[in-house]
Amino acid sequence: MNESPQSETKTGEAGQRKADSSWEPRIVAFICNWCTYTGADLAGTSRMKYPPYVRVIKIPCTGRFDPLFMIKAFERGADGVLVSGCHPGDCHYTAGNYNARRKYTVFKSLLETLGMDMDRIWFSWISASEGGKWVETIRKFTEVIREKGPFQEYREMIDGG
Amino acid sequence: MADRTDGIREIARKWLTDGTVEAVVGWEQGTYKGKGAPVLIRKAEDADRLLFNERCTNNLMTYLKRDPVSKMEKVGIVAKGCDIKSLIGLLQESQVEREKVKVLAVTCTGVEKDDGTVPVKCQACDVNTPTFYDEIVGEKVASNPDPEARSKDLERLDAMTPAERYRFWREELDKCIRCYACRQACPLCICSRCIAEKNQPQWVETSPHPRGNFSWNLIRAYHLAGRCVECEACETACPVNIPLMLLNRAMARTVKGAFDYEAGKDPEIQPPLRTFNLDDDNSFIL
Repeated sequence: MNESPQSETKTGEAGQRKADSSWEPRIVAFICNWCTYTGADLAGTSRMKYPPYVRVIKIPCTGRFDPLFMIKAFERGADGVLVSGCHPGDCHYTAGNYNARRKYTVFKSLLETLGMDMDRIWFSWISASEGGKWVETIRKFTEVIREKGPFQEYREMIDGG
Repeated sequence: MADRTDGIREIARKWLTDGTVEAVVGWEQGTYKGKGAPVLIRKAEDADRLLFNERCTNNLMTYLKRDPVSKMEKVGIVAKGCDIKSLIGLLQESQVEREKVKVLAVTCTGVEKDDGTVPVKCQACDVNTPTFYDEIVGEKVASNPDPEARSKDLERLDAMTPAERYRFWREELDKCIRCYACRQACPLCICSRCIAEKNQPQWVETSPHPRGNFSWNLIRAYHLAGRCVECEACETACPVNIPLMLLNRAMARTVKGAFDYEAGKDPEIQPPLRTFNLDDDNSFIL
């Protein structure tokens, strides 16, 4: 009934967009409140331009990141997921990002074992002053995803095919 | 191996008679292909039901996490070396108190799967004679672990391209019927409320659909990374034969490589995902 763009993020409909020539990358970025979010904010207030295909989800700390966030994003039709937070040593909670780094190591290896396309999963450290790095990262990530196209393998699985 | 039976009965009877424990968890004669079935013995006169042979494959430590054993003050558990590794994992995570559990260890020459083959854990066994116990039964068995045993299947997986691996797992995981036998059998899957049962919001879809099957099996393996002691209870319990141990062993290899840690060795060591090093690998992070 409601034809708003949001309704298309429902699972199951994701696959329909494959034939759609108006496809644009759908990137979900899980970023920490203290560094990367502020960095992205800086990019905005500095009027830097970057591709508008990133959906930002703020988390308190990269230590809060759970692999299921990423899986859920892919289930809802994401083509790429970025997780970003404070540089090592800069965590607002002292050690959240160090713990996150260990979790990434394990999770990344698990995804590799499962044969996931690792070009679609990026990790970065972007500080509050690195608005430029945020812009650059999103620009590069968008390019990579655009090159690769929709995350077809995952969408087939979502649709049960 | 059946000669351990008398020793087990004797110690269980003693413990139950003098009140050392409220009950003993052990194996009795099962009905399926001569398999040992788990049994909870509460009275000394029932101790003669206990037995041990190469068909006692279950890891009984899984009963520590559930009623009625979890509520008991003192409990005896008959355990092979591999089962004791999972107790060590539970102690590391403060899930059980050492004083609560009396370990009745048995030396073991290896168990036998339903199809008569020897499990990988027995080929790679380094705890034929357990070193962590309260009482031990059976003569010493020297360990002679085959260094290749654990990596053989992994190498086959490594040789595939990511796309082939994805296909492989899609086919394997599509078989999953979401019975959660893997979770129930696992001694270290300890959450009283599993993430798969949370529905507000629902993280893991519960129907046996490829979408939920993927996220369930992924998160199960992830939650056991650096904790799994490779007792193979999950894979043995799986009714559709998903090679769950492939995932678990891949995780164990990563944890060993990245954090130089092996699960189930020392109750005093911090598990790797509970701690960190300032110089952990940073190469994959932009």
